[in-house]
Amino acid sequence: MERTEAELISAVLKGDAASFEPLIEKYSPRVFATARRYARRESEVEDIVQEVWLKAYQKLKSFRGEAPFEHWLMRLAVRTCYDFLRSHQRNRESAFSDLTEPEDDWLERFIHQPGEAREDADAARQLVQRVLEYLSPPARLVITLLEIEDRSVKDISKITGWSVPLVKVRAFRARAEMRKILAKIAKEKYL
Amino acid sequence: MKQVELEKKLIAVARANPPSDHMPPGFSKRVMAILTARPVQDLWAAWARGLWYAAAPCVAIMIMFSAWAFFHAPQHTNQAQAPSIDLAQQLDNTLLAAVDQNNQTSDSGW
Repeated sequence: MERTEAELISAVLKGDAASFEPLIEKYSPRVFATARRYARRESEVEDIVQEVWLKAYQKLKSFRGEAPFEHWLMRLAVRTCYDFLRSHQRNRESAFSDLTEPEDDWLERFIHQPGEAREDADAARQLVQRVLEYLSPPARLVITLLEIEDRSVKDISKITGWSVPLVKVRAFRARAEMRKILAKIAKEKYL
Repeated sequence: MKQVELEKKLIAVARANPPSDHMPPGFSKRVMAILTARPVQDLWAAWARGLWYAAAPCVAIMIMFSAWAFFHAPQHTNQAQAPSIDLAQQLDNTLLAAVDQNNQTSDSGW
C-alpha cells in the first residue's frame, strides 16, 4: 500500500532515509522545470536540483506540515536558484552585438511583421533566454515569477521571503532593467 | 522600434515555452547515495566532543597558574606564622570592639 506524504516525511524524520526517495521521484520533475528557468547548462541544472534535495533533507525538521510539502519544497527550490544566480553573475555590461543570425532574423521579422514572428520559434526562445541572462539576479527572479509564471506579489513574497513592498520595488526596477536592455537592442541593431 | 510590444512579445514567448520537466534517469538514486553516504550529524555528540577538547587546555592553564602561584609564593620562615597571628589578633580586636565600647560608655556614667 502506498504511503502518504505525511507518512513518508515522518519516517524520514525517524531515521528511515529510504523513505525520502519516493518524494524525490514525485517532485523532481517540478524542481527540474524550475531550475531550467534559471540555468542553461544541464550540468548546472542537475547541480541545482541536487542541492535543493540535499537542503530539503537537512531542513526537513523545519517542515511543519501547515502547507503542502510541494509549496515548502518549491520555496526552497526558488531560493536555491536565486543563490545560484547570485553566485554565477556574469559581466552584464557586454554589448548585445553577439546575437545569432536566427535571433537577428526573428527580430527583423518582428519589427516589420509582428504577427509573423512566431512565439514557438527556437530563435525567439533563445532571445528571451539571452535577455533574461542579462538581468541582475533579483530582476531575473522577479520577472520570471511575476511576468512569466504570472504569480501574485503576495505569492512571490512568500516564496522568496522578501516583504511585499520589497517585491514591488524589485519588480519596478526589474521592468526598468528589462526596458534598458531592449533599448540597447534597438540602439545597437536598429538605428 | 516599439520596445513595449517587444517586451510583451518576449514575455509571451517565455510563457508559451515552459521549460522541460524531464528528470535524468537514475537521478533519485544518485541523490539518495549522496544522502546516505553523509554522516548523520548528532549535535549533542558534537557538543560533548567540543567540551572534551576544551577540557585539555583548561587543565593545562590550571596547572600553569598553580605552578606560577607555587613558585612565586612569598617566602616566610618564622615570619610565616606572623601574618596569621596578626590576623588572629585583628579578628579579636574587631569582635571585642563593641564590648570595649560598651565598657567605655558605662564608665562615663550613663
